[in-house]
Amino acid sequence: MGRYVARRLLQMIPVVIGTTFIIYALVWALPGDPFAGRCGARPCPAAYVAEMTDKYNLDDPLPIAYLQYFGNLLTGDFGETFQGLSVGEELLRAYPTTVRLALVAIAFEILIGIGAGILAGLRRGSFLDNLVLVSTLVVVSIPVFVIGSVLQLFLGMRWGIFPATVGGDASLYNLILPGFVLAALSLAYVARLTRTSLAENRRADYVRTAVAKGMPQRRVIGIHAMRNSLIPVITFIGADFGALLGGAIVTEGIFNVPGVGNLIFRSITARDGVMVTGAVTVLVLVFLLVNLLVDLVYGWLDPRISHG
Amino acid sequence: MADPTPPVVAQAEAPETTETTVRTLGRDAWHDLVRKPTFVVSAVLFVFFVTIAIAPGLFTSLSPTDCDLALSRQGPSSAAWFGYDNNGCDVYTHTIYGARASIMVGVLTAIGVLLIGGITGTIAGFYGRATDTVVSRLGDIFFGIPLLLGALIVLVSFPGGADTPELVTISKVVLALAALGWPQIMRITRSSVLQVRSADYVQAARALGAGGVRMILKHIVPNSIAPVIVVATIAIGGYIAAEATLSFLGVGLQPPVVSWGLAISRAQDYVRTSPHMLLFPASALSLCVLAFIMLGDAIRDALDPKLR
Repeated sequence: MGRYVARRLLQMIPVVIGTTFIIYALVWALPGDPFAGRCGARPCPAAYVAEMTDKYNLDDPLPIAYLQYFGNLLTGDFGETFQGLSVGEELLRAYPTTVRLALVAIAFEILIGIGAGILAGLRRGSFLDNLVLVSTLVVVSIPVFVIGSVLQLFLGMRWGIFPATVGGDASLYNLILPGFVLAALSLAYVARLTRTSLAENRRADYVRTAVAKGMPQRRVIGIHAMRNSLIPVITFIGADFGALLGGAIVTEGIFNVPGVGNLIFRSITARDGVMVTGAVTVLVLVFLLVNLLVDLVYGWLDPRISHG
Repeated sequence: MADPTPPVVAQAEAPETTETTVRTLGRDAWHDLVRKPTFVVSAVLFVFFVTIAIAPGLFTSLSPTDCDLALSRQGPSSAAWFGYDNNGCDVYTHTIYGARASIMVGVLTAIGVLLIGGITGTIAGFYGRATDTVVSRLGDIFFGIPLLLGALIVLVSFPGGADTPELVTISKVVLALAALGWPQIMRITRSSVLQVRSADYVQAARALGAGGVRMILKHIVPNSIAPVIVVATIAIGGYIAAEATLSFLGVGLQPPVVSWGLAISRAQDYVRTSPHMLLFPASALSLCVLAFIMLGDAIRDALDPKLR
């Protein structure tokens, strides 16, 4: 177990270095003057250009500038943006909102996704089953920004059931609508996964044995079949949580949620390289760590899979 | 897993197949496909959308530049079934002409991804060892960058103006998506090749002294490509949605190009008063994505012998 974790952590190192390098290269080495439009309509003063060039090592060749940046990252220093804001502090401010939004989305995935999947999986071929299959297919094919805009229009503005935008007050109630939109796609996958998994396990030998023993149906389904069926679903939801923690550019943009996705989008359009690289580094790290955690949980839930 | 098929069934079917012609997997799959309603529906939709993309003039007598500001944002009427947008352009005509750019991006990206991912995946799977490690880790690195985020950074770094030729704008989006989307295909190709690599006919070819390239082209690729094609078909839907999302965020395709994503992006500002501007292009987009996903799903089910 310990060796497995150590090996996985070691394997992460090249991935993190590679990813941050690519982002760093994309942000800094692509053609275009990094100071264009930085100082309003006039060109930047020479002193400012010199100071900033020095601060961000713009004169050094890319690999060296990157190594200096990465060295700072290792000491926990994410650097400062062009405006002099600390990247670390900005990220810390945005993260709680994103975590809360991700939790709301996961709650929807569990409640609706698993619920619909169980109903469909228990009665394969029934009307309800087909309804779940068709509706999940439809949800999967509608892009998130369309779902977001339409739900915002009807539920938010026309009928006023939920707050249409979040703004500064990111309370759980305000996050219901964006959370649901964010969950929509994965919700469909969760429902389908639960359905297939449950339907497959119902034919398994151990379920037949339980029925043969004369166990009540509720116990057979609720305890025996369900426990095994939910293992792949839980790992999917876990991996999805890792991805959601990276922020949701589109959903956060539509509903004006002050989270990481919003922060990254603003920094990308403002060509604020330090913020972009810092934020992406964090979200890649979080994504990898959550995935490792999910794999460990998988081994714990299903003892047949050992990480020895 | 699936119940073992009773041998009786195979024997009962055997005379039929020998009496007619020998059924190959492809023919067998086709036999299954034409009896599946989802395949028929999605194939009809697919042909419909491709026809629109190739010859939009067949479906509307207007051109997308026929706009009259006096008609700005008028709702659907008998003269214009889908109403007019903010520039007084006919939404129906724009929706018809928007198909071309969107489908082009989707198909071209899928081809690009198939080329990069298919070649690297085959090489990694066939040669194994160090080659495999290098390619797989490289894939991990690109896989860690979220598709949308990476494409955003690339596209912001290469901004285009209103005078950029249409094809350049489209190929920029295609390249951005293909550069970040290839690991998905690479992984599937690799695992598919790994399954085929140790097959008897490959060993036989090796024993007869066939070279690496010959074995790959004659034996490996034809036998491992089916699942790759299926995933690529499903992915086309995803790329169309990704293009629309990027255009929605303002960095994908740019205004002289007519696309669904752009239309939805423009509709966003008027969604309160003129929802028809949003609903029609959004429905066309979703229907098109749905067609590709359903088509890929149906083909996968037909090619998967386990489900038969």
